[in-house]
Amino acid sequence: MHPAKSVIFFTTASGAGYGLLALLIAGNIFGLIPAQFWLAFIGYAVSYVLITGGLLSSTFHLGHPERAWRALTQWRSSWLSREGVMAILTFIPTGLYALHQLFFPEMMQGIMGLLGVVGVICAIVTVYCTAMIYASLKPIHAWSNNYVPAGYLLLALMSGLLLLNSLLALWGFATASLQLVTLLVLGVALGWKITYWRFLDSSKSISTPESATGLGEFGAVKLFEAPHTEANYLMKEMGFKIARKHSAKLRLITLLAGFIAPILLIILGLFLGTVGSGVLMMLAVISAAIGLVTERWLFFAEARHTVGLYYGAPHA
Amino acid sequence: MTSLPTTPSKKKLGLVIDLDICVGCHACAVNCKEWNTGGHSAPLTDTDPYGADPTGVWFNRIHSFEVENEDTGGRTVHFPKSCLHCDDAPCVTVCPTGASYKREEDGIVLVNADHCIGCKLCSWACPYGAREYDEDAGVMKKCTLCVDKIYNPNLPEESRVPACVSTCPVGARSFGDLGDPDSDVSKLVAKRSGYDLMPEQECKPTNKYLPPRPKKLGNDAPPPELAPVADSSAGVIARWVDKFLSA
Repeated sequence: MHPAKSVIFFTTASGAGYGLLALLIAGNIFGLIPAQFWLAFIGYAVSYVLITGGLLSSTFHLGHPERAWRALTQWRSSWLSREGVMAILTFIPTGLYALHQLFFPEMMQGIMGLLGVVGVICAIVTVYCTAMIYASLKPIHAWSNNYVPAGYLLLALMSGLLLLNSLLALWGFATASLQLVTLLVLGVALGWKITYWRFLDSSKSISTPESATGLGEFGAVKLFEAPHTEANYLMKEMGFKIARKHSAKLRLITLLAGFIAPILLIILGLFLGTVGSGVLMMLAVISAAIGLVTERWLFFAEARHTVGLYYGAPHA
Repeated sequence: MTSLPTTPSKKKLGLVIDLDICVGCHACAVNCKEWNTGGHSAPLTDTDPYGADPTGVWFNRIHSFEVENEDTGGRTVHFPKSCLHCDDAPCVTVCPTGASYKREEDGIVLVNADHCIGCKLCSWACPYGAREYDEDAGVMKKCTLCVDKIYNPNLPEESRVPACVSTCPVGARSFGDLGDPDSDVSKLVAKRSGYDLMPEQECKPTNKYLPPRPKKLGNDAPPPELAPVADSSAGVIARWVDKFLSA
C-alpha cells in the first residue's frame, strides 16, 4: 500500500496525542501527577496540538477536504466515520476536564471525575477506531488481524508515556515507578512488533492468483500481459513495492530508534537522576518519534493488497 | 446511506464473462471508456495522455494470464475485469460519507460524485480493484454498469445493454438479471458452471465468469497417408495428371 505522508503523520501524532491526553487525565483523577498548573497546561497543549495537527493532516490527502464534514455521517457502517465522530466527541469531555483541572479545580469534583473517566474511554475508543479503519480491510492480509488494533493502542500508550515522562522530568517530578512502567510498556510493544513481523513473514493472504482468476483448476496462474503498458491508479495506490533489503534496514531502524534506544535512555536516566533524565527523556521522545514514523511507514509499505494478484504478484 | 440495502433487491443486474470465448481484443475496455467519458461519471480523466507516463481512469481492463500445466500444456486466458457489483460490497460499507451506495432496485453499485470526499478507502476495501480515483475531479469513480444506457428510453431496445456487452465482437459478454434463476444469464451460468472471483473474500459478487472449455487432447496420431486421389474410374486427364504428379 502507498505510504501517504499525511496518513502516517496523522496516525502517529494523534496516537501520541490521545495517549498523553488519556494519561494526563487518568493521572490527575488518581492523583498520580503533581497538580502543577504549567505542567498540566503544557501537557494538554501538547496533546491537543498533536491530535488536532494529526486530524487536520488526515484531511490533506482527500480529494475534497471541504466536504470532510460528510465523513461524520456514516458511523453505522464505516470505521473511518466512527473515527471522525469519536475524535470530535473526545474533545468535549477531555476539553471540559482539562479546563476544569486548570482553572476551577475546586468545583464539582465528583462530576468532573466522571467526565474525566468518560474522556479517557473516548480517547481509547478513538485510537481503536483509527486502527479498525485498517483492520477491517479484508483484502489486506497485513492489516486484517488483531495485531493491528493491539499495536495502535499499545503504541499510543507507549508514545503517551514517553511524552508524559519527559514533561515530568522537565518539571523535576520524574518518578522511578512511572519510568519502570514505561520500560515495561516499551518492552511489551517491542515484543508485539517482533511478533507482528513474524506473523507477516510466515503467512500470506488466503487469496491467490488462482482464486483471483478462478483458473486454478487448469494449472498455475501467472500474469502474461498487464492491461496497460504504464502503471495505473490501482498499481500506484495498492501495488506499492518495497525491496526486501530496504524493509530489513527500516525494520532495524524501527527496533533501534523506536524501542531499544528509548529503553536504554530511560535506564540511563534512572541512574543519572532528575537533571540528566530531563534531557535523556527528550532524546527518548525524539528517537521514538523517528522509530514510530518508520514503523508506520512500513505498516503501509509492507502491506500487500489482493488487487496485486491481477498484476503479477504471486501472493498477497 | 452506506449501509447495504436492508431489503436486498431480487433483481441483480450483472455481467457474465465467458473466458472460453474472449480473445483479449480490449474492445470492451475501449467502448467502456468511450461511453462513460460522456456518461454518468464523466469524464474519465486521462493524465499526460500523449506523454511519457500516461495514466487515466478506466472502468474495465483486460488482463491476460498464462495458465501452466505440465500434463495439459499451457494456455493463455484473456481476462476482462470490471466492477462485480457485489451483494456484500465492502466498498459501500467503508464509505464514511454515504457517497458510495448500492441501489435497492437492481443492485448496481454507484458513487455520488457530489458527496465523495476522495478518501480512497473504498479502493482499499475492494479486493478486485474495481475503484478508480480521478485526480482531476478528486472523487472516486467506478463501473456504473452503464446505468445511463441500460435504462435509456432514447435508445433502441437492443442497445440497452452495457457498452462492453454491445461492443464485444465475439459475444463473450452477457448482461442480465442474475437474481432471477430463469433469466438467460442465470441459465448460462448454471449450464457452464459459472463461478465467483475470490469467493474467500466473502463479497458475494454478482458478475460471474465462465471457465475456458477443456482443451481437446489425445489427438496425437500423425495425419493419414496421402493417397492418390484418382483411381481407375477417373477420366483420362485426371489419371494423366495423377501419374504426372505422382512421378
